[in-house]
Order: sequence, then C-alpha cells, then structure tokens
Amino acid sequence: MSEVATRPAPNLLSNGWIKTGLILIGVVLAAIVGAQLDSSGTLHKVLIDPFQQMVSAPDLLVQTVWEGLVSGVLYALIALGFVLIFKASGVFNFAQGIMVVFAALTLVGLHEKGVPAFLAVILTLGVMFLLALTIERVVLRPLVNQPDIILFMATFGITYFLIGFGEAVFGGNPKQMITSELYLPKGAIDAKILGGFVSFQKIDIAAAIIASIMIAALAVFFQYTRIGRALRAVADSHKAALSVGISLNQIWVIVWFTAGIVALITGIMWGARSDVSFALEIVALKALPVLILGGFTSIPGAIVGGLIIGIGEKLGEFYWGPLIGGGIESWLAYFIALGFLLFRPQGLFGDKIIERI
Amino acid sequence: MNAEPMNLTGTPIPAKKGEILLSVENVSLRFGGVKAISGVSFDIRKGEVRAIIGPNGAGKTSMLNCINGFYHPQEGQITYKGVRRARMKPHQAAAAGIARTFQNVALFKGMSTLDNIMTGRTLKMRRGFFWQALRQGPAMAEEIEHRKVVEDIIDFLQIEHIRKLPVGKLPYGLQKRVELGRALAMEPELLLLDEPMAGMNLEEKEDMCRFILDVNNQFGTTIALIEHDMGVVMDLSDRVVVLEYGRKIADGTPDEVKQDQKVIDAYLGVAH
Repeated sequence: MSEVATRPAPNLLSNGWIKTGLILIGVVLAAIVGAQLDSSGTLHKVLIDPFQQMVSAPDLLVQTVWEGLVSGVLYALIALGFVLIFKASGVFNFAQGIMVVFAALTLVGLHEKGVPAFLAVILTLGVMFLLALTIERVVLRPLVNQPDIILFMATFGITYFLIGFGEAVFGGNPKQMITSELYLPKGAIDAKILGGFVSFQKIDIAAAIIASIMIAALAVFFQYTRIGRALRAVADSHKAALSVGISLNQIWVIVWFTAGIVALITGIMWGARSDVSFALEIVALKALPVLILGGFTSIPGAIVGGLIIGIGEKLGEFYWGPLIGGGIESWLAYFIALGFLLFRPQGLFGDKIIERI
Repeated sequence: MNAEPMNLTGTPIPAKKGEILLSVENVSLRFGGVKAISGVSFDIRKGEVRAIIGPNGAGKTSMLNCINGFYHPQEGQITYKGVRRARMKPHQAAAAGIARTFQNVALFKGMSTLDNIMTGRTLKMRRGFFWQALRQGPAMAEEIEHRKVVEDIIDFLQIEHIRKLPVGKLPYGLQKRVELGRALAMEPELLLLDEPMAGMNLEEKEDMCRFILDVNNQFGTTIALIEHDMGVVMDLSDRVVVLEYGRKIADGTPDEVKQDQKVIDAYLGVAH
C-alpha cells in the first residue's frame, strides 16, 4: 500500500540538494546581472525593490513573517491530519478539511444548545470517535484490499456526506467560535521591534504553542509506543501487520480518531481567527501544496512544509503581490509546490520511492 | 541442545510429541472458478517439523494462508488445539499462537530491526491506549520487559550488528532472518515458514537451517514449512505432505515420500 506511484527522479546530479542549490545560485546571479542591465525597471521592481523594502522596514518584514508563520502552523495542522491517515492506511483522505469544519461546528453547536464549553469539547471528541468508528465500519472495512483510488473516491463520498449532514444539523450560517469560553486569549500584544511596532495576536501565539505541543506528543507517541509502532507497521505492510496480530480495524479507528482530534484542534484555532463556516473546507486544500513540499509520509515534513507555504505566501502577497494587482495568496502555494515537484518529487522529508524492476 | 525446552520468557513448556496440534480436514479453496485447493486433509503434531512441498502453483502458500486466517476455505474445517474454527481472522490466529513468515519477505521496511521484532510483541503487551499515550508508569515498565525478550531473540539469531538499521536496506538473507525474529517474538506454538530459504546462498541456507532446528529443539515450537530445496526438506522435516494442483498426492516421512511414484512423477514429469 505504501508504494504510491512510480515517479522517475531527475538524474542530472546525484544529490538533489546540491542541484537545487546550484540552480538557485544561478538564478540569483542572473537576476542581479539582469537587473543592472535592465533599463525599463521591471526587473528592478521584481528582483531588487522588494528586498530593499524588507531591509528598509524590518518591522513590516517581521510582521509579515509572523503572520505567515501563524497561518503556516495552521496549514501544518491540517496537513498533519492528512499525513496521519496516509501513513497508516495509504489513503489520501480528502475529507480531512470537512472533518475540521465538522468538529468545529459540533463544538459550537453543542455550546449553543447550552452545553458548558469544556463538556462540549469532550462531547465533540466523543462525536469524532463515533465518526471514526462509523467510517471504519461503513467505508473502510468493505473496501479493504481495493485499489487506493477507490478509497480516495470513498473519502470524497465522506466529504459530501459530512457537508450535507453538518448543514442539516447545524445550519449553513457561519458561527462564532467560543474562544472566551475555552479561555483562549483575545487581543494583541504590540511589541517594539526594529524601530517599529509589531502586533502579535494572542490567539496566534496560543495556536502556535498548542500546535507545537500536540505535534511533539504525536511524534513521541508514534516513535516509542506499541500502538505507535503498530501504526507504522500497518503503513509499511498490511499482511505482515496482520501476521503479527495487529488488527487493521482497530488501527484504522485509532488513526481516524487521532485525525479527528487534530481536526478539532485545527477547527478551534481556525475558527478563532475567522468564522466557523463551510468555507474553511477550501482552506484545507492548502494542505495539498504543503504535503507536496513536505512529503506525504512525514510528520516533520508536514510542519516544515506548512511553515514554508505559510510564510512564502504572505511574503509573496505583501512584497510581490502589488506588482500584478494582488491576490496572489490564493495560488502562490500551488506554484511553489509545482516548482518542488520538478526537483524533489518525494518532498523534503518524504520516502524516496524506488521501484525494483 | 538444552535438556529441557523453554520458551523465550524462561517458562518450560511441555513437549509432548505426537499430540495433534492442528488438523486440516477436507479443505477446499476457490477463487472464483479457480480451485486452489481441493479436498486436502493432513495434520500437524506438536513439536514436529512438518514440510509442505509440491511444484509451483500446487496450493502450498494458499494452504498456509488458510491456516493463519488470510483465506477462508469454502469447504472443510481446520481444528487448532482441539478448537474447530469457522472464520478466523489473522489477528485472532496470531493471538492463538500461530506466527508466520512470507515467501517474499514482508517486513516493515522503514522501521529498524529492533522495531520490526518489537511489533512481534504487540499481542503480548497489554497496557491500554491511554497509558501508552502518556508513556509513563506501567507502559514504560512493560516496554522495557519486552525489549529484553527482543534482545534475546536478536542474540539468538546473531543479528546484533543490524539492530538499529532500517530493514529495507538490509541484504535479502538478513531480511529473512529479521522476519523469522519477528515471528519468534510472538512466542508461537505453531510457526509457519513460507520458503524460508528462497533466494539464499548456500551459507545463508545452512544458517537458516540451523536456526529452524534450534527453534524446534530449544523452544519446542511446532514448525510447518514450505520449501523447494529437497535436500533441506529431507534433512529438516519429520513428516512431509506433498501437494500437486491443489490435491494431496502423498503424506509421510521423508523416506516414504521420496519413494512414492506419484511424487516422482509430479517432480520429474510423466512420459505421455
């Protein structure tokens, strides 16, 4: 199951990093020379001016990077949900995005019905567990041993089911996340940095800390416990896992439940920054470039990939966006991912796919 | 070897040879219209080395897959330790003490030798999800205890030097050995080996033979193995069952089987 596809690796130089580095240096040199010779100033605007701006107003740069970092953390959280399921079952779970929305909606919805905030969190976890159980029973178990593409399509089914079910139960209107009831901080800290004020939203700081703790906990869990080992074992070989007495059904429930927990935390954090609505589902698609960058099977990859995409797109939007009329945030991530596919198709940390012939 | 058979945690196990551990009665397995096994019966006695041989496509691996619950035969029944079973799942078979290795090694390639063998302890570890998640107290003590058993197995198989290496990078012969180690970590009563010596050179084959005999003698483990190398089969096994085109054509001691005309025909072909 773990062989995803055969991707012929480019074979110009044996070490991909050296090659990428050389190309980057070449591009930078060509750019500088080009900008010097360029009379109309277009190249200057693209290649020199943004960097001059960064140097002349470092506080703005810090602000932009910080905002990128925060959205990067949230992308990383979504990507983490994908990676968990992909590692354990080889399924690309298209429904991860809607699971985020569904978890957040359940939480807010329960609170609206008068359930105290923390009890609502526990109940939502219960709902996510039931969801994992149902998905395993109704979707995964009957489709065991089917090709990956069938399972992928099945997750589309789960997505649309959850959209419909969520709307039917909670209505389609955007809702407010119950941040203060969960004792999440509000407001901002203004810090004087590099000759200007940079404003840090407290909720963003909290998000970064919570995400880091969760990621560290997951990493330890995966690396050092029996169940973690079983999860990795299932990812590598189904039949071998079965032969040592690992129950696939049980593992799938655990994995989907873990992905559900990640979804709930992601939902709370995203919801606190904007509304809880089905529009969030689109944000989840940003996890795709993150995964291409980081590799589909790597937890550190999801994190680093998320940060690169988050920071990259904020910097791009702020410094280069105005040159072509803005709005590049929505597609820049995919553009970066495309560039990566050309040079390192397995991602930064992904397993290199070597197919024996 | 040792005077008294012991299992890996040091408790002696009774080695009553001759008692029937597993019996296969009249088993048939079909895939759509293809009959992989038709009406095969044989038994495996406690403590013996039982070989299953036959030409390619005879249904040997399918037979093992039935025994460990990967396949469910449409007809016939399998009785293990006196319990007749209907549809046993692989993890239930594992819990009942059946371990196996595969024809083409099936290891967890990204994990180290140590971790691979540790997965064999999965069913022996009992601490729940929450202790595991905390990685504290009882879960930690348990981890250490099982780690010791695994280290003993690593010593036994002489693979200390590759403990921390990811198994995907190891040579084939060593991978086969790690796979045996993972099966041994389950402390099985019945060990199913699917071509444990396929693709090995002479030296590796001799090592593997020695390990199989040691496992059988020292731990008293019952072994069923599929093997193509006739020399190995004749040396190792107490009794041999021969399959051809999904049917049993002979059953008996290596010497009896060697003399059997049907077996000779199956292996050398008949003049038409």
